Amino acid sequence: MSKHELDARRMLCPMPVIKAQNKIKELLDGDILDVICTDPGALSDIPAWARINGHEFIGHHENSDDELVITIRVVCTPQ
Amino acid sequence: MTKKHKAVALISGGLDSLLAVRVMQEQGIEVEGINFYTGFCVEGHTHAIRNHDKDKQKRNNALWAAEQLGIKLHIIDVIQEYKDVLLNPKHGYGANMNPCLDCKIFMVSKAVEWVKENHKNGFDFIITGEVIGQRPMSQRKETMPIVANESGADDILLRPLCAKNLPATKPELEGWVDREKLFDFHGRNRKPQMALAKQFGFTDYASPAGGCCFLTDKNYSDKLVDLWEGRGSREYEMDDIMLLKVGRHLRPKPNFKLIIARDAGESKYLEGYRKQFTTVQVISHNGPLAMIDGTIDSEDFELVAGIVARYGQGRDAEQVEVTISVPDEELKTMMIKPLSVDQVLTEWHI
Repeated sequence: MSKHELDARRMLCPMPVIKAQNKIKELLDGDILDVICTDPGALSDIPAWARINGHEFIGHHENSDDELVITIRVVCTPQ
Repeated sequence: MTKKHKAVALISGGLDSLLAVRVMQEQGIEVEGINFYTGFCVEGHTHAIRNHDKDKQKRNNALWAAEQLGIKLHIIDVIQEYKDVLLNPKHGYGANMNPCLDCKIFMVSKAVEWVKENHKNGFDFIITGEVIGQRPMSQRKETMPIVANESGADDILLRPLCAKNLPATKPELEGWVDREKLFDFHGRNRKPQMALAKQFGFTDYASPAGGCCFLTDKNYSDKLVDLWEGRGSREYEMDDIMLLKVGRHLRPKPNFKLIIARDAGESKYLEGYRKQFTTVQVISHNGPLAMIDGTIDSEDFELVAGIVARYGQGRDAEQVEVTISVPDEELKTMMIKPLSVDQVLTEWHI
């Protein structure tokens, strides 16, 4: 398991979702991804995307720059 | 054991694609969704930049629809490829800068491409929520075969909501789906869709007749055309098309335009561009942040400061203090009398 960070600052949804989706394709089962966003809409969309695609939304917090940090655990299901 | 067939659905987040998927699920078809982001998609979040829209529900309707349907959704960034669709539409534009028919052909062709790339997942056909007569440009009886042919989808493109008005497709001919259980919706009347939504238990869905693309909007299209004329080139980048959604746009001179935030939410959004663009702000009174797109000479500083001051709380003051921040240059400060209403010419507004 490894921890990764994705910079989605200043992007408007759905770009943070697309960036997260594409990043997660490179990650392994159990990896943790922190997505740093400034669009509050990402707080609805990234967890929704994670739910419907079988990944786990761990939670979110605001960092010291008042940016949203959304954390996802990657779940890889065999096809 | 009979094979379970799989379809990929173009999901806009509107009612029609929601229903088309559920009709397929009712027939035992496994569906995954695909949604293409062109940069021109109308997103609640873009509106949410503005203060008065902050209470609007912030959701992406395509994701929301997928969650209601219990299907996976793949969102694909097609911003770069879409430029050719917008700049060179073979079938022309609609009432504004909307190349709807070319757009539909492009999206179905991208779905065909996606099915090929994901062949291991065994998708058998493509579905859309198209309804004959629903849209004046892209959803007419004569354009339905054009979309199927020019996209390369041919007989694997099924429109469950109006299939009975069209020749049978491969999924129907092969018996993967029962044509009798498909629909014959047509025209702009939304009542059949609403009745079907009720039957399926969908009570909350995106505005049924709402457009999903900024290019169908006259104001937006006018701003896009102005952008191209101002630059002497029909080119654009992602930032350009996002900024067309934000603020008042005024072009007092051919070589530059002003984007003036309409509220604190938009000012905050424009803050993110301070390092790239010249920005103007009244500092002696409350007022919006404005940015300049284009090239501006120092002799124009008074003009832009006067315009921006017009939109702040100091508009009636004798003089206000304004800062002009040019990237990588020292901050300039000046005292200026705000322009009067009449001095801000109507023809400057884009």
